[in-house]
Amino acid sequence: MSSMAEADIYAALSEIFRDVFLRDDLQLRPELSAKDVQSWDSFKQIDIILAVEEKYGIKFNTRELDSLHNVGDLVRVIAGKTGTG
Amino acid sequence: MTSLYWLPELADWRERLRGLGKNGAPAWGEAVALANSRLDFIRTNALDQTVAAALGGTPPKELATKPIRLALLGSSTMAHLHAAIRVAGLRRGLWIEIYENDYGQYWQELTDQSSALYEFQPTTVLLALDAYHLSAGLGTGLGTTDADHLFGEANGRIRECWRLAREAFRCPVIHQTPLPVHPAVLGNNEHRLPGSRRAFIGRLNRELRSMADEDGVDMLAVDARAAADGLKAWHDPALWHRAKQEISPAAAPMYGELIARLLAAKQGRSSKCLVLDLDNTLWGGVIGDDGLAGLVLGQGSALGEAFVAFQDYARELSRRGVILAVCSKNDEANALEPFEQHPEMVLKRNDVASFVANWSDKASNIRAVAEELNIGLDSLVFVDDNPFERSLVRRELPMVAVPEVGDDPATFAQTIADAGYFEGVAVTEEDRVRTEQYQGNRQREQLKASVTDLGSYLRSLEMQLTWRRFDKLGLQRTVQLINKTNQFNLTTRRYSEEDVVAVMDDPSAFGLQLRLVDRFGDNGIIAIVIGKMQSDDDLLIDTWLMSCRVLGRQVEPTTLNLVADAAKRLGARRLLGEYLPTKKNGMVKDHYTKLGFAVLERGDDGRSLSALDLTTFVPASTFIEVKQA
Repeated sequence: MSSMAEADIYAALSEIFRDVFLRDDLQLRPELSAKDVQSWDSFKQIDIILAVEEKYGIKFNTRELDSLHNVGDLVRVIAGKTGTG
Repeated sequence: MTSLYWLPELADWRERLRGLGKNGAPAWGEAVALANSRLDFIRTNALDQTVAAALGGTPPKELATKPIRLALLGSSTMAHLHAAIRVAGLRRGLWIEIYENDYGQYWQELTDQSSALYEFQPTTVLLALDAYHLSAGLGTGLGTTDADHLFGEANGRIRECWRLAREAFRCPVIHQTPLPVHPAVLGNNEHRLPGSRRAFIGRLNRELRSMADEDGVDMLAVDARAAADGLKAWHDPALWHRAKQEISPAAAPMYGELIARLLAAKQGRSSKCLVLDLDNTLWGGVIGDDGLAGLVLGQGSALGEAFVAFQDYARELSRRGVILAVCSKNDEANALEPFEQHPEMVLKRNDVASFVANWSDKASNIRAVAEELNIGLDSLVFVDDNPFERSLVRRELPMVAVPEVGDDPATFAQTIADAGYFEGVAVTEEDRVRTEQYQGNRQREQLKASVTDLGSYLRSLEMQLTWRRFDKLGLQRTVQLINKTNQFNLTTRRYSEEDVVAVMDDPSAFGLQLRLVDRFGDNGIIAIVIGKMQSDDDLLIDTWLMSCRVLGRQVEPTTLNLVADAAKRLGARRLLGEYLPTKKNGMVKDHYTKLGFAVLERGDDGRSLSALDLTTFVPASTFIEVKQA
């Protein structure tokens, strides 16, 4: 995936994470996962997914959802589904 | 569509959210303002979390309403809906505390008096049983007899839940209809397959309406919303499998809206009046420039038909009790001309209770409408195609609802309906004739202006006050008045149907409903009084409320005569009158002293207790003739 496209996705995700976790200091990196962020539970996970779906007009399928373990996974799936990968 | 598209976007939303409650800024008003912007589910959750942090989880002092304790009793996961319910309450100035049963345990908790549900003591119960749960045991292999048996069982269980909740908490019960989540197995004629889960839920949702009406339960009709918005907007099978969420989190803001509307309606806080702009809102074109013949209205053009359809919707609203008003920048004569002369006008001058057309700014004119109709600014909805006027009114009068209606008349009606401003739970006879009552008021005003002294005015009104004890027939109207009257209300105690029935059954209490008729028409039930014996000698006036429409007509002293009679019949020697101050009832703070009561106690917060000696009481003579119904 091009680094430009990846940067765009990270920027969009940062906005979403800011609103979901009400934190402006959260730095997104590929390895970041639920265990690193307080209150990132299964509900917040669903909020993030739905916000991403709305933002990009895409829909994750169940297998894709099961494959998400960290921010890097999320960026990869978004890139794949939006044709920027 | 589940988005709250009628609410305005706030450009500086994030900054204002971050600033909420910081540096001693007043948090509640700002929180209400933020809630009245276009929130998606992420922003809804963010606001809820911030409000909780800013207010520390306790209702603010300035809260004008009674906090609501809402128990969600469901068969699926509802935790993701709490924030949206609270925020939708916040949007209407309601404070909602939520309890949700442990997953799947609604029945156990309802039947166990030592459960956390009983400890919570809800003031409203919402029952939400999902389609998977309700259709357990169904299958296409079943014949009619078995399917009917399961149908009867499901109905019976639902009714039993309603009964248990009612008896345990003596509070209103709301039932959420199940979403029709099952895919069809037969197709167009699904109903011919007795064991079809989909057909079963459809049938149940039809039956629920009449069961709920019989049992006095209100519907939360998410099935109807899903039919309009598309099931996909409301239910995501992937999320059902993952988290057992019947309602998708994306639909949570709308779900919260539907609940908060019902709660507000039951507190009498639905909007009461639709204030309409004229040019390019009710007709196409500008009457002052284009003249009668130049207006786009009526058959022959798509735009003209759209305006007719919108007028028709406004008239439909008025026939169920919504007051219509006009607020237009126009010369009054020009503004009136279409109402009087245009053949395609659906709305006539008589449909409009308050007609304000001049060149003052719209905020001042909307204030004038509220004053003329004697209703609060927060019960007005203002519709204007012009974004400049909308934002001006929002800025000057933030308590007035101003929907983002856009500029296409074809969408006006749906937008107002989607926004749910006028949510109602019942339509009474008073609602149906409300506009006529306001017309009567105008005629009374004209008469008042034509006679010289108050006495001859009151005499010429030929008033008759008819009183009745509380009865089943008037129950709905009694409950409606008790829950919606804010200004002329001495104690603002809110009672449910159950509470009112309890007064009817109590031999040491009375409930009076008063109707006022005069030469200009029937004003309907205009006052309610509840008295309760407190000791052998004292009768406490627990509730005294009156419609502001009949102020200054000597109804108060006439009512006191009736109260004194009823109290003496119970053996009372003294009347006790209480005043409990709220944000809105300042007008009655001296009510009892004006009627000759002596103040016994006065609290720092403004409350007072006054007494009237019945052994020496002399009934006032008034221009009102009193009759028992």
